[in-house]
Amino acid sequence: MKARVFVTLKNGVLDPQGKAIGHALNGLGFPQVGEVRQGKLIELELKEADAGKAKADIKAMCEKLLANTVIEKYEIELNP
Amino acid sequence: MKSAVIVFPASNCDRDAKVALEEMTGRSPHMVWHQDSELPDVDLVIIPGGFSYGDYLRCGAMASQSPVMRAVKSHADKGGAVLGICNGFQVLTESHLLPGALMRNAGLKFVCKPVELTVEESQSAFTRGYEKGQTVTFPVAHGEGNYVADEATLDRLEGEGRVVFRYQANPNGSARDIAGILSEKRNVLGLMPHPERVVDPATGGTDGRALFKSLIETLS
Repeated sequence: MKARVFVTLKNGVLDPQGKAIGHALNGLGFPQVGEVRQGKLIELELKEADAGKAKADIKAMCEKLLANTVIEKYEIELNP
Repeated sequence: MKSAVIVFPASNCDRDAKVALEEMTGRSPHMVWHQDSELPDVDLVIIPGGFSYGDYLRCGAMASQSPVMRAVKSHADKGGAVLGICNGFQVLTESHLLPGALMRNAGLKFVCKPVELTVEESQSAFTRGYEKGQTVTFPVAHGEGNYVADEATLDRLEGEGRVVFRYQANPNGSARDIAGILSEKRNVLGLMPHPERVVDPATGGTDGRALFKSLIETLS
């Protein structure tokens, strides 16, 4: 089974990189761009057929390593 | 004082820490590889600066899961002293030995320069050799030293006297100008500036000597 994990900064945590990207886009002639937030996409291949089990396992991976839950939140997508 | 310096792949201040410890304690620290699962019998463990595991995923994230960190955690749980400098501070927050996290500098640039710090606390094994309110100059060299924590955690750190060093001119956007903090039991210190680089006048100053002297007096 394949899975995707999206790791992004929690609301309220300032994102200096997102801000810089926003400024750059404004400077490139995209004045319609407001706030930009940057995150990570992690693709996983799992030897696991059961979706419930897979999701629980990935949640454990996120809590333990993939996300720093002090500043980040995560979303899990199975079989993208 | 017996000491150990942890060495991760891409640590690059491990030798600075070793030289500082040799200069200040008169004996060589144990250099402990990240895959070792036990620590020698020591009073102080230093987690040095650098770019452990190439800063993959997040600074300090991979290092926090290495075998040696389990040994460092158990050393800290038993009240043993741990000093995390720069990447070492990042490793300590990722290991949950210290609260909060270190994010990309607000100005997005790597900052490498001497900075003036206020010593906010002299009631610790690390800082008893300083006067409270004293200004010291330590170098910083980091791209991700922007300390963040929720307001409740910041209030608790301040209320419990655990903010030990504060920037006088904030170089990275750190919450409340925080440069270094203590653990709840006050035996773990993490800071972004480098006290080990200022123990010899030949390398630009001696303000870091008192930190090592404090540890020697407390732990020997």
